[in-house]
Amino acid sequence: MRPGVGQQLRSVVLQGFGLGVAAAALWWLARNTSASLAERGVTLGFDFLRQPAGFDIGDAAVRYAPEDSFARAILVGLVNTARVSVLGWILATALGFALGLMRLSDNPALRGVARACVELLRNTPLLLLLLFLAATVHALPSPRNALEPVPGIFVSDRGLVLPRVSLAAVHVCLGAAALAAFLARRRAGRWRWALVGGLALAFTLSLVVAPPRWDRPRLEGFNFAGGLTLSPELAALLAALVLHHGAHIAEVVRGAVLAVPRGQRDAAHALGLSRTQVMRFVVVPQALRAMVPLLATSYVSLTKNSSLAVAIGFPDVVSVLNTTANQTGHAVEAMLLMIGVYLALSLAVAVALNAYNARVLKPGW
Amino acid sequence: MWPATGEVRRPAPAARVRALLARSVATPINALLTLGAAALAAVVLLPLARWALLDATWHGSAAECREAVSGACWAFVAHKLPFILFGLYPPTERWRPVLATALLLALIVATAVPRSWRPSLLLAWAAGLAAALWVMRGGPGLVRVPTRLWGGLPVTLMLTALGLAAGFPLGVILALGRRSRRAIPRFLATTVVEVVRGVPLIAVLYVAALVVPLAMPRGIEVDKLMLALAGVALFASAYLAEAVRAGLQMVPRGQREAALALGLQWWQAMRLVVLPQALRVVIPSFVSIAVGFFQDTSLVVIVGLFDLLNTARLAAQDPLWLGFHNEAYAFTAVIYFAGSAAVSRYGLWLERHLGYNPRVRALLPPGVRAPAERPR
Repeated sequence: MRPGVGQQLRSVVLQGFGLGVAAAALWWLARNTSASLAERGVTLGFDFLRQPAGFDIGDAAVRYAPEDSFARAILVGLVNTARVSVLGWILATALGFALGLMRLSDNPALRGVARACVELLRNTPLLLLLLFLAATVHALPSPRNALEPVPGIFVSDRGLVLPRVSLAAVHVCLGAAALAAFLARRRAGRWRWALVGGLALAFTLSLVVAPPRWDRPRLEGFNFAGGLTLSPELAALLAALVLHHGAHIAEVVRGAVLAVPRGQRDAAHALGLSRTQVMRFVVVPQALRAMVPLLATSYVSLTKNSSLAVAIGFPDVVSVLNTTANQTGHAVEAMLLMIGVYLALSLAVAVALNAYNARVLKPGW
Repeated sequence: MWPATGEVRRPAPAARVRALLARSVATPINALLTLGAAALAAVVLLPLARWALLDATWHGSAAECREAVSGACWAFVAHKLPFILFGLYPPTERWRPVLATALLLALIVATAVPRSWRPSLLLAWAAGLAAALWVMRGGPGLVRVPTRLWGGLPVTLMLTALGLAAGFPLGVILALGRRSRRAIPRFLATTVVEVVRGVPLIAVLYVAALVVPLAMPRGIEVDKLMLALAGVALFASAYLAEAVRAGLQMVPRGQREAALALGLQWWQAMRLVVLPQALRVVIPSFVSIAVGFFQDTSLVVIVGLFDLLNTARLAAQDPLWLGFHNEAYAFTAVIYFAGSAAVSRYGLWLERHLGYNPRVRALLPPGVRAPAERPR
């Protein structure tokens, strides 16, 4: 049914009217905002980013001092968000796969333990877990009486201290190249295995020739020296995010494996594949394909939830921007930056997912 | 996956236990795993039970709690219970938050019964929410209590219920806008939904708390709780909109075309034909969104409101009772867990009740049973 001319005209007029109302509302809000800002002596604009920030950031991964600019402070916050996110993605995936596979196990006891963990974590708010962990970390003994659950790893009210491995650039390059060659797509044939083998051999040799240095933490005075220290806030935030999202990923993993039709498994068995082969060639590839979009959503929501850092005083990007807004009065600009940062991430993930889907949905894949 | 129509006979309980035990020790590796899991459970559960029950202090003062070092101090929770549950609400008026909480819970329970899903339920929600607000806030006939004194469970429930109730119509409008053939509604709705879903709830709450007061005309003070509520409602509407959109996609085109061919206006076709079918399909996703929001309302801590989690946190910071944060958080966790787990279970039940394949079941006229439905 083609709309007549009258209908089309009506539609255009109505749409124009709607757009006009929306624009008028925005204009009204903007006018009010600039009026109230003018009253406080604040002018809109991003010039303030170049002024010295004046506040200290306890947990800076890049060099930062209070004399540095707001822009640099925000960069520190961004790096902290990125740090928590990347560590969180890796650890939550590991925990999620472990719990998810435990929930699929034949063993009722194992299944029960995994189920109890997942249900407990999924039915309590993340913020509750975070506040609880932060309070617990602060109630831990001082470094002198630090707990040492695993030799070399110390847990105290100063946070988590781990031994650090310093690898030379050569080790890192060779290891990464070997891994990349191993993970590269199939169809490379015999030469690829030769390449992987050669690189792995070179990697091992480099480790033997120039062994990596282990930097073990040791107690000096009232605190630890050496090693890698995660501050109490970072440790609590990371643990809370990993536990909460690990439980979510466990459900994703379980759902994806269960979503592979039973007939696929039966057919593979009937063709004479062993249990491991069925898993490796039939179930896992299909489950992975169903899993990827959900995992990506989980990663995005982990990063978004890392903004809860502000509740325990870890300086992530939201926390730094909030301090900036409070100190300068540039709330509008700070909020725009906050929204921009997260929208950029969501958009990037959406683009990557679309590309992945386009590839996966290609016939013959 | 379609289950068989006939009822699957479950084995007797004793046989099931035997089968379970047999499977636990089927192979040496299995037996080892069972042993490991049991050991793990024992290592966690036994000390926990000792702390929470055997060594716990149930009555008395902080000093008595401190003497019994190893156990939980439930006396603290008992002492602080009014504050944790109702915040700073004037003690003489405490029946009011109790009544408001009961009212909200009654509304939620009533909504859970599928038979009550009729237009009058919307009226009941409007009346119930208005009554709860009046009881809490005061006004005609009651002493006024400013919202900065509100706290605890009623605030959490109110943010959840009012946020979802206000977000729902907006979500439906956004979903319809996103599916519209016209470019401008589609653009506006898509922008709102994607922006809100792309940022954390904290960012939305900050905008509500910091920017919205600036954008109001001079002399208009907006209540902090109402701002947070608006933020939660906007956030909820974006997620509900995506659920509704999924439902709209499942309604066959023919339904709308037939309705229009019968001479219904677009709004009538949506309201009477398309939306009822679309909404029915996505009720289970509404339930999981609701559980998520019940937990997410705890983030209003960040903008300084006294919801259940914040009152518990503040109770543990009382100098007289310093150091009992474990008890405070454990108590709060039990409340959140009970609420979330109950509603999640209900969601699973609902999915079964609506038929194994909600797509098919929801499109059938009322009273007709889906072919795959298991006889109850």
